[in-house]
Order: sequence, then C-alpha cells, then structure tokens
Amino acid sequence: MIVLLLILIPLVGGLISFLLKEEKTVRSWAFLVSLAALAVSIWGLTTEASSGELQFSAPWMGALGSSFSIGLDGMSHLLCLLTTVSYSIIFIATWKSHYTKAHNFFGLMLLTAAGLIGVFIATDALLFYFFWELALIPVYFLCSGWGGEKRIPVTFKFFIYTFSASVLMLVGLLYLYFQTPDRSFSIESFYALNLSNDKQSWLFWLLFIAFAVKMPVFPFHTWQPDTYEQSPTATTMVLSGIMVKMGIFGVIRWVLPVLPVASYMWGDVVMGLAVAGIIYASVIAMQQNDLKRLIAYSSIAHIGLMAAAIFAEHKTSMQGVLIQMFNHGINILGLWIVVELIERQFGTRKLSELGGIAQKAPALSILLVIIALANISLPLTNSFVGEFLMFNGIFNSEATKYNILFAALAGLSIILGAVYTLNMIQKIIFGNTSNLTEKTYDINLNEKIALGLLVLIIFSFGVFPQPLLNLTEGFADGILKKVDVAKLITQL
Amino acid sequence: MNTLILSALSGVIMMFSSFLLKSKSAVRILAHLLLGAIIILNILELKSIHFVEFNTQSMMVFDRFALLFMLVANLCTFAFFLLSAKDIEKVGVHYGDYFALIFFILSGVVLVASFKSLLILFLGIEIISIPLYILTGSDKSSLKSNEASLKYFLMGAFSTGLMLMGIALVYGATGTFNTAAMQWGDKVPVLIIVGMMMLLFSMSFKVSAAPFHFWTPDVYDGAPTVFTSFMATIVKAAGFIAFMRLFEDAFGSIRNEWKLLVAIIVAATLFIGNISAVFQQSVKRMLAYSSIAQAGFMMLAVYSLNSEAKEGLILYTAAYSIATIGIFAVLIRMKDYTIEGFNGFAKSHPVVAVSLVIFLLSLAGIPLTAGFLSKFYMLRATIEAGSLWLAIFAVLMAAISAYYYFKLIQAMYFKDGSDTQSIEISGGFTYSLLGLSFFTILLGIFPNLLTHWLYF
Repeated sequence: MIVLLLILIPLVGGLISFLLKEEKTVRSWAFLVSLAALAVSIWGLTTEASSGELQFSAPWMGALGSSFSIGLDGMSHLLCLLTTVSYSIIFIATWKSHYTKAHNFFGLMLLTAAGLIGVFIATDALLFYFFWELALIPVYFLCSGWGGEKRIPVTFKFFIYTFSASVLMLVGLLYLYFQTPDRSFSIESFYALNLSNDKQSWLFWLLFIAFAVKMPVFPFHTWQPDTYEQSPTATTMVLSGIMVKMGIFGVIRWVLPVLPVASYMWGDVVMGLAVAGIIYASVIAMQQNDLKRLIAYSSIAHIGLMAAAIFAEHKTSMQGVLIQMFNHGINILGLWIVVELIERQFGTRKLSELGGIAQKAPALSILLVIIALANISLPLTNSFVGEFLMFNGIFNSEATKYNILFAALAGLSIILGAVYTLNMIQKIIFGNTSNLTEKTYDINLNEKIALGLLVLIIFSFGVFPQPLLNLTEGFADGILKKVDVAKLITQL
Repeated sequence: MNTLILSALSGVIMMFSSFLLKSKSAVRILAHLLLGAIIILNILELKSIHFVEFNTQSMMVFDRFALLFMLVANLCTFAFFLLSAKDIEKVGVHYGDYFALIFFILSGVVLVASFKSLLILFLGIEIISIPLYILTGSDKSSLKSNEASLKYFLMGAFSTGLMLMGIALVYGATGTFNTAAMQWGDKVPVLIIVGMMMLLFSMSFKVSAAPFHFWTPDVYDGAPTVFTSFMATIVKAAGFIAFMRLFEDAFGSIRNEWKLLVAIIVAATLFIGNISAVFQQSVKRMLAYSSIAQAGFMMLAVYSLNSEAKEGLILYTAAYSIATIGIFAVLIRMKDYTIEGFNGFAKSHPVVAVSLVIFLLSLAGIPLTAGFLSKFYMLRATIEAGSLWLAIFAVLMAAISAYYYFKLIQAMYFKDGSDTQSIEISGGFTYSLLGLSFFTILLGIFPNLLTHWLYF
C-alpha cells in the first residue's frame, strides 16, 4: 500500500497541478505533494518488509505475461528517498524563481517524479520500460520549454539519444521474456533464467547501452554537458541528481543478476571505459570556464567511478555504489543551487567574471565550501564513505585482473576532483571582486534553508553512515549472491 | 455478410441522396446514420446475431478476425466522419457522391477482410481501388489532384494486372481459387512460386511497401487532404488484412520460400519510409512517408504470421488509424502545410495541441499510448518468429521516426510563429479529438479491450 501511494501521490498531484492557475498556489501545491511523498517514503522506512505493505501487485495485461507489480527493497527505497528528499529541497531552493505557465512546469516536474519513482519500484520488466520512457517525456518538455537559448536542438539530441538506446533495451527485454519458461516479464522469472554465454554476451550490450547512455558512461556522454547547461536549473537538478541514477540502478537491477556471466566477461571492458571516462571528464572539467559545464563534467567523473565499482562485483564496492547514489544526488543538488544563485545574481556563469564573493556573502561562501568539499569526498562528508567503500571494493575485486590498475587510475579522480573543485571555489569566492560581484547580497531565507538541509545531510551521513549501510547491506548481499563471482571464476 | 449488404446498399442510397435531400447537412446526417447502422450490424455479427443468412459457397468466411477488423475499420471511418465530414463538403459540389464512394470502399473492405477465394480478393481490391482513383481526382480544378489520380490509376491498373496474372498462375497449378483448398506435392511447383511472387508484389504495391512505394507520396500529396486521411489509414489497413490472410491461408505452408523476400521488403520499407520522412518540409508529405514507415511495421505481421501478429495487426491498425485521422483532421483546416506553419500552434489552440501531441507520441511509439503497444506486439511476434535482427532494425527505425514526429511537437510548443495560423474549430470537433486521444491512451493501457474480441 505504501509503495502504491509513493507513485500515486506525485502522479495525481502532477495531474492536478495542470489545472491550477495561480503560480503561487501551484508552487505551494507542488511543494506539499513532494512533502507528502517524502513522508510516505519515510513511513516506509519504519515498516517491516514482512508486513506486505512494501509490495503491491495487480493484474494488468495478463495476456502479455506482465502485471502491475511494484515493490520496495533496499536499493529502490534508498532511491525513492533520494527522489523525494531532492524534490522537496528543489522546490524550496527555487521558491523565488518565476516560470511562465507555472502550472505546466510544476505539473511536468511532478510527473517526472512519478516516472522516476516508477522506474525504481517496478518489479516487472514491461512496467519498468513503461516508466523508463515516461520519465523521459516530461523532461523533454521541461527542457525544451523552459531552458536556455539553445534548448531546442540540445534537448532534441538528448531525447533522440536516450530514446534510441532504450528501444534497444526493449528488444533485449522482449528476448529475455521469450526465454522464460512461463512467458512472463516478472523479475523473479528473469532472475531464474540461466542463459548460455553467447546469448548473455550480446543481450548484455542491448541492455547496457540504454543504461550507459543514461548514466552516462564514456563514450555515450556527449548529450550530457549540453543538456545540463541548457535545462532550467530545477530540471538540471532532477536530471543530474536523480535521473542519472536510473542508469546505475538499471545495471544493478536488470543486468547484473539477469546476465551474470556476461557482466563478468564484459566487466573489464566496462570498467576500462568507466575509468577512461573518469580521467577524461576530470581533465575537461579543469578546463571549463562555465560553471554548469564544470559541474556536468565532474558528474560524469563521479558516475564513472560508480559504474566501475558496480562491475568490481565486490560487496563493499556494491554498498559503496548504493550509498554514493544517494550522496552524489545530495551533493550535486547543492552545487546546482549555488549555480542558480550565482547566475541569478550576476547573470553569468563564467568563472573568469566572478570572484570575491566571500567578503560580500559569507553565508553562501561557507555553505558552498562545505558542499564543494563533499564533492571532493573529504573525510567527515557523506561522499567520503561511499567513495572509500568503492575504492576498497575495486582494489579487492576478484572479478577483474586489473583491479590494482583500475583502483589507482580511478583514485586519480579524487586528486583531479580536488583540482577542479578547489579551482572553482578559488575563482568564485576569493580574489578581488569584479564589477559584477560588487553588489552581491547574501542569500535568501529559502535558499539558506535548502542549503542548510543539504549540509546537514552531508555531515550527518559523513559522520554516521550506519543507517544507509543498514538499509543497503541486505540488498548488496542478495545481488552478489545471484551473481556469484567465485563460481564464475572457476567456471570460465 | 449483413455488414457487406448494408454498406453496399448505403453506397447506393448516398448516390441518390443528393436528388432528394437539398441541404448538405441532411446528406451528412444521413451518412452518419447509415454508418452507425453498419457498426451496429457489425457488432451484432460479432455477437453471432445475423439477420440474413447467405451461403457464400465458402468463398468468404466471417471469422472473428475478419469481423473485428471490419469493426475497427468502420469505427475509424466513423471517427473520420465526425472530424472531417464538413471538410469533404469543401472539396467539390458532389457531396453525396463522395460519401457513396466511401461506402463502396467500405464494402470492398469487407470483401478483402473475409475472402477465402482469390476471386473475392480480386473483387475486393478492385472495389476499393476504383472509388479511390475517383476520390483522388475529385478536386477537379487542381492540376496536382488530376496528376495524382492519373498516376494512381496507371500504377494501380498495372499492379492489378500483375495480381490477376498471379491468380491465374496459382489457379493453373492448383486448379482452385479457394485459398484453403490449395494443395501441391512435396516439391513446390514453379507456377506456384511465380504466382506467389506476383501476388506478393501487387499486394506490396497496394500497401505501399518499398520498393513499390513510389506512387504513395505523390498520390497522398496530390489528393484532397480529407481523402488522403482516409486512404492512408483505413484503406491501407485493409490492404494489410488482405495481405496477411492471403499469405497465411494460401502460402503459409511454404513460408520458407518467401520469408527472406518479405524480410527484405520490410527492412527496405522501414528504411526508406523513415529516412525520407526526416527530410520533408510539408507535414502532408511527411505523413505520407510516415505511412510508408508504419506500413513497414505492419508488414512485420505478414512476416511472422502467428497469433501475436494477428492481435498486433488489429491493434496496430486501430492505433495508427486513430492517430493519423486525428492529425489529418487538424491539418485539413490549416492553410500552410509546412512544419513551420505549426509554429506557436500550442499557444493559439492549447487543447487541440495536446491531443495532437498524444497522436504523435502514439505514432512514435511512446509507452502509455496505443502506438507503443501495437509496436510492442509486432516486435513480440517478430521475435517469436525467430528474427531478432529484424526486430532490432525495426526499433532503430522507430527511434528515427521519433525525430520527425517530435519536430512537429517542437514547432507547436517551442517555436513562436510570426503569424500563427488560427483555424476554425467548433466545440464538437475539439471533443471528438479529445475523445480519440482518450481512446489512444485507453488502448495503450488496456489493449485487451480490443484484442479480447478475437477470442470471446
């Protein structure tokens, strides 16, 4: 029941938003809806899994072997929590932003949330695909409708790119469906499959490319910096904070346990791509003068690390990925809020034109420094825990022969990350004030609240990550039991 | 059978209606009433209630598949009437005649949906084609329309000749016209193969599959837009039903002989249709090429020939016809047919724009619309038939199709027109459009509403 509410609240709330006329009303309404969804997902935390409240199944398209079945487990719960927390904070942070046709904007935002939550909780492959596409459509309209100057071609590229990749996934899912003995799309039937190595090998790419584009993993990333740059900030937050997690989630849920042999066989290739992407993106991030593009490339580097950690198929790295999915969402949200603030105040995102904000806006500067340090994953911040676990897992991985090489190269990401992040801080906060930053005023109350909440989350999970670890431990074990690396190694 | 009689009769009634009824709206209402009666008869037949029994000498068989397809065709025609009947008025003076021709086409549709004899197939195809030649040229003052009509007639006559030759050869080899009774030994006679090829080519021509598609863009572009809408949907779908029936009944047993050839035709159709549609500036031409591309997808049903394909084809014809009729209904009223002509359309007509978006999403195959599920059924049938590569090729082409459908959405929503066209829209028109888009979504969530008629 809880899980059904989780999807119905944003869906119905979004549809109602379209009917509201006043910008003020619709903004408050959207915020209320996001709070309600957050409350439900927290309520879910307190519910025992055995109570059956976290699963829901209804007959739907029985002739096709598909049913409307959704459920919450460790990973999906974490991501639903991320979605609902992020949405609440996004709405707080953009409280003062004005949109033309606000009712459409908020309606589409909430529909995106429904699509995202649907992706995370679907336990039926066809239903998963439905939500996968449905999350994309409102984002397409959001970016094209409210984005920057070049929004139309950029969003179009993003859309065609992801759409092409996901139709390939559809064929892959359909093929898997025909392999199940009971002709069913349910996740249990998929997990029970035992396919030959050849089949797994090419099915892996059919599915993986869809997820790789979404993450994005090098070399499928070319849509990402442009899209982040051109989208309205609230949508960029959703895209980079939550939507990229769809890709990582997809791999963990639909690739690793279903195609364990192929994931092992292609693991080195994917890790190689991921590590190459980390270094490539970090180097490009160092050259960027535009704040949004800098953060976009930094996100590619962070996601690359997560992709590598998945295919390390090690328990600590798996847990690290799960935790980092949450933490990365929180950190990048903070960075985008700051970008939004800077852009609104100075009308520019160019690092070369900024500087000296520390003197004028101390509160903003302090919060920005904390979030930036979390982005470098300094100890005591939330992402330290996740990244440490991931490096640990990659280093100790049995699934790859190049574990030390990969760990060392991926480890560069921390150093490179420090270079571009600190460089960014230096150029924004310190130094002399420029003409633009002369008249800086400090941040508004709503932004203070949003950033404050984020910093609170950063510190609390940095110091005490146990709740996240508890939530994900059982899940990581379960996945790795299905993959069973030790057995694969002896077999192949 | 009852449906056939009534639709033929309706054609005759409509022919004479112009003498008796002076006002155009009376003619229109009469057409609606007659079509309504046909639909009711059709539903009754589906429920196995017949008013008149005929012995068709096993030349026709009214199984559920045939009846259900007839129902879909009739309902789509009804939607077409609701949206565009008034626009038929503007084509020329012979208002009643156009309706008469459409009713004759509908009786042809019944024939091709239910034939068991090659003769009936031939009759059906001809009864559909000849009124279409007239409708294409009905805008007498337009040179383009005349050209299209002549072109269509010449090409159509040629392909009909091919079909007759094919039928003759098949008859020569088997001694029967009955598709179910055809027999040959272990070795397939050459006559059968040649005859089958000729039938394959002429049917491909009728459904505008590549490389027999060259007439399509010109004819669709030249014909008055109202009739393009009818030709591109109901008539094309009828062609596919005939195609599938023919190859299932007569040549199903020698599938290996034609499988590869049909696969090549499917791939070529998808490729040419989609790639050409990308470069079109006129929405009307774009829809013409898109109809070729969609034909490629429908042809997957002919390729796979299993029960999934049957369900899929019914769903596909419904989804595709509804969406295309809806888009055409708006296009008819526009003055400027280019994609730029739609700039800023969402601002001036928000409700109509929303339903257009739903139709376009359905054509592109986005989940939650009937278009997605129909494509899904087709892919399922194709993979079931063992051809994964064709399925992969088809979805990649579907991804390309998203490009040109979304270009129209972009124009409507995100581009500002300097002189946004405003079109006359009545309340009834808007509600009919909304109703159709509602059906598109309903079928996208509960396809069983339609497909369960095949079994119960």
